[in-house]
Amino acid sequence: MHFGLTEEQLLLQETVRGFAAGECPAPRLREIFDAGTGHDPALWKGLAEMGIAGLTVPEPLGGAGLGLLELALVMEELGVAALPGPSFGHALACLAIQLAGSDAQRQRWLPDLASGERIATVAFAEPGGAWDPESWSLAAEGDHISGAKRHVPHASLADLVVVGLRGGRFAVVERGARGLRIEDERGVDRTRPIAALAFDRAPAELLGGDFTAAARVRDAALVMLAADAFGAAWHLTRMTVEYAKTRQQFGTPIAQFQAVKHQLADMATQVEPTRGLFWYAAHAWDALPDEAPRAAAIAKAHITARASEVARAAVELHGGLGFTWECDVQLWFKRAMFDRVWCGGPEHHRARIAALGDW
Amino acid sequence: MDLTYGERYEAFRGELREFLSGWPVRGAEAELPPAEQERIFRKRGIEAGYVYRSIPAEYGGAGRDSDPLIDRIIQEEYLRAGAPGNRLDQGPGLLVPTLLEFGSEEQKRRFVPPTLADEMKWCQGYSEPGSGSDLASLQTTARLEGDHWVINGQKIWTSNARHADYMFGLFRTEPAASKHAGISYLLVPMDAPGIDVRPLKQMTGSMEFNEVFFDDARTPAENIVGRRGEGWAISRATLKHERNLIGNPRLMTGQFDVLLQIARTAVRNGRPAVEDPAVRQRLAEIECYVRACETTNLRMLSASTRGEELSVMLPMMMIKLFSTEVMEQIACAAFDLLGSDGLLEPWAENDSIYDTSATLRGVVHNYMYSLGPAIAGGTSNIQRNIIGERGLGLPRDLRAER
Repeated sequence: MHFGLTEEQLLLQETVRGFAAGECPAPRLREIFDAGTGHDPALWKGLAEMGIAGLTVPEPLGGAGLGLLELALVMEELGVAALPGPSFGHALACLAIQLAGSDAQRQRWLPDLASGERIATVAFAEPGGAWDPESWSLAAEGDHISGAKRHVPHASLADLVVVGLRGGRFAVVERGARGLRIEDERGVDRTRPIAALAFDRAPAELLGGDFTAAARVRDAALVMLAADAFGAAWHLTRMTVEYAKTRQQFGTPIAQFQAVKHQLADMATQVEPTRGLFWYAAHAWDALPDEAPRAAAIAKAHITARASEVARAAVELHGGLGFTWECDVQLWFKRAMFDRVWCGGPEHHRARIAALGDW
Repeated sequence: MDLTYGERYEAFRGELREFLSGWPVRGAEAELPPAEQERIFRKRGIEAGYVYRSIPAEYGGAGRDSDPLIDRIIQEEYLRAGAPGNRLDQGPGLLVPTLLEFGSEEQKRRFVPPTLADEMKWCQGYSEPGSGSDLASLQTTARLEGDHWVINGQKIWTSNARHADYMFGLFRTEPAASKHAGISYLLVPMDAPGIDVRPLKQMTGSMEFNEVFFDDARTPAENIVGRRGEGWAISRATLKHERNLIGNPRLMTGQFDVLLQIARTAVRNGRPAVEDPAVRQRLAEIECYVRACETTNLRMLSASTRGEELSVMLPMMMIKLFSTEVMEQIACAAFDLLGSDGLLEPWAENDSIYDTSATLRGVVHNYMYSLGPAIAGGTSNIQRNIIGERGLGLPRDLRAER
């Protein structure tokens, strides 16, 4: 019985944490954020060298062959750092190809994705807000797809887009494909820019797979977003604690006022006890498949909701400064917005929790 | 990660289930009064090594080796069987661990066995009318006169004082010493002349609490636990046990199951309430909190089996605040499911946080009673101070006397 992390898992987190702190300190993060690209080739290269680009890809295909738990632990650290870059969409695209691709397709794409040489992303949402595989409506006509997708992370950077189709199938569209139009959506989280995609008889290669694979990829997305939100919320809590210890009013640090102290204690108590939810959901995805869909919905619904509350409290406790563009709180605040909304908000997943529980 | 207990522990669980199939008792024993049936089965549990497992046999326990997983399995299986196992009330739950840690050999031999056998009942004398959250300001004095302590003052919120044989409590024995250093931990016979117990009626309508007045009441000089002036430090250990008691996750899971059951049977617009989207949203959100509490508890259990308690210090500080708030949410949701039946007076025969009764009046009762744990054992705001100061390293309160 062990519900905790191994030495290797802790080391993985430490490595990513150290890398992010060293290579993307606050001023650099701010530069990337203000530039709006959400990307720094040096950061991506560094992550790829650590094996993050192919974390779940099987070892024979050049990946690290690790599970969703390890991926979620990395996501937690990316959330802590609000690290810009295509890791989220890329990891989901890898999982989709792993789970739904034929051997030939896996051989063809995964090694380059695992090395980080090529970047991939996923296109799930459709106009009208349909996120779930059950509601994807894009259909393939032979080797072509037509229709629209929205909120595709780092689409303009991607060499490959894995597109969700009717019936829970996937198709891969390559960068520069004829009939593919990419329009930046000006997403609120500038560390993970999003774009709308229009396909007009765009050449696409269909993967095998069915709802089962698509649902697994969706569940993995939920767990990853929950982990990212946990990291962001925990970082905001610590950041606000430090601010309250140094900010002086009435001749004393504001942390000494019980109104502030109790609000900080409540923030921490909203966040800390949710750590086990994403651990459990990730472990279930890896090892307890029957439990996984509901555990993923619970982690996503709950952690992203708590993270939003904590982010709002963080702004409030930073006072007027917290409300400004130049205060870094907004970076994590917006990270939490992305985590909450992408792949469906808390209400959507609470309805699923009820349905999956046979209520 | 590995959420299985492993072969050795599952074998232990199998043996325990076999033993627990003996509850309820049968034959002639089934004709005995319920309290007697419980006493018999608990005694059997001690002999078999399941009840009071790690308490040495010479003090009335089972005297077996234990570890956190064994303890968890015993807790789970007894709860599942609804069988009488470890008592968690004031004597076995709070005093016994304190005596085992701080008591003299003579005190352990004299007080622990009858307490575990349920032949000696206890109440806790901590709070006073002027000393609640600021417990160390307590004013009830004990003055050593010859071979007796002579006690004067008043305690309040004393559960079970009317049925208790003894009180364990905190008394000011060193009036010249500083606030915390002037307190001693004494054991006081409740039948001593000069003790007057008056019941306090609670908002639920029941009378579990009492005020206890001391007017030159006496207890023998040897009934001090630890040394003079050490009472405060000793009481911190007792409080730790009380918080553990309140932060029990099984209890919360049981209450959530009952809530779901109520939602399935209650009717909204001619349909089961559980089909109402608003009810589903609310229950799903509450379940998320319940699962967060369970997984947090699993983290703490796992850490304790590996001697890694330091890694879970923060959640341990939070668990009382967190779980009492979740239990309040459960109680409030259940209350709303009653609809207009919520206008009726509660059923208040059995005041206990272990009451997960789904009866209509049990739900009304729990709507009120669920506030109790948020106050007892350190109020929620005191918990926030602990989390803020010890957990997050925030500066101590402004101008507060310590």
